[in-house]
Amino acid sequence: METQLKDSKPLTIAGKVYQSRLLVGSGKYRDLEETRQATEASGAEIITVAVRRTNIGQKAGEPNLLDVISPERYTILPNTAGCYSAEDAVRTCKLARELLDGHDLVKLEVIGDEKTLYPDVQATLRAAETLVKDGFKVMVYTTDDPLIARQLEDIGCVAVMPLAAPIGSGLGIQNRYNILTIIENARVPILVDAGVGTASDAAIAMEMGCDGVLMNTAIAGARNPVLMASAMKKAIEAGREAYLAGRIPRKRYASASSPVDGLFF
Amino acid sequence: MKIVVNGEQRDVPASCTAAVLLAEMNLTGKRLALEVNEEIVPRSQFGQHTFRDGDKVEIVHAIGGG
Repeated sequence: METQLKDSKPLTIAGKVYQSRLLVGSGKYRDLEETRQATEASGAEIITVAVRRTNIGQKAGEPNLLDVISPERYTILPNTAGCYSAEDAVRTCKLARELLDGHDLVKLEVIGDEKTLYPDVQATLRAAETLVKDGFKVMVYTTDDPLIARQLEDIGCVAVMPLAAPIGSGLGIQNRYNILTIIENARVPILVDAGVGTASDAAIAMEMGCDGVLMNTAIAGARNPVLMASAMKKAIEAGREAYLAGRIPRKRYASASSPVDGLFF
Repeated sequence: MKIVVNGEQRDVPASCTAAVLLAEMNLTGKRLALEVNEEIVPRSQFGQHTFRDGDKVEIVHAIGGG
């Protein structure tokens, strides 16, 4: 449906075209089979992964995450979750690039505080500069500050990803007008990353004109993750179509849908 | 000699290579990345790279994350 619309362009990140505007994380699932099923149901093409020591998250003989979410089928987006300094984030990205045979698309996040998991924007800016200079294609997680978003774009990040609300909070978009300002200012894709709770939150982000939404907990933490993945896929598509279709203006009073002329009483 | 692998001390023979360590850990052929003292050792160098006493080795892989 979307492709029939004249003003609709597919999502393009760092020169690669994607059909799906939903990006999903691979964390917090019960097991790898649930990860596989939910990822498939989401229709997502870009999947985030974390980089950790080999003695974490794997029992001997168990398949690796990348055997289930294969780099041949999906675009793997390694993140720098858990990094509290620019140096740790850069180091993590370099390991990820080696791990993925030179694949240089990364999700940069530098966390500043354990309780809110809010990004440390100063460290994020520093890390982004280093990574862009080193040839990485950086999709960057940040606050919903339009000035910081612009600076990250100027540094050369390939996508800017403001939070809707704190990671894993499920609160939905808390600062719509800031997100809107970021979208209006942007020349790179703007994706809402973090804070989505349910399908309507994702639809709202897309109706506002976001280029995509990245989420993990909203799907993996749902009672039925596979069903929620499917709901999110539809919400993203519905929100995008509604954005392209153009919503009616809000009015305070009613406007009759049926003609007033021709009433017979 | 003693090296530290993923935060744990480990005894390895002198002139132990990255490839030998990985084989000992049943990690040969797995999708992973390895760094020694914060410098990446490319996969193509695993056979040649020998550890030195006190080296800090990190071996990482991809796991679920958001």
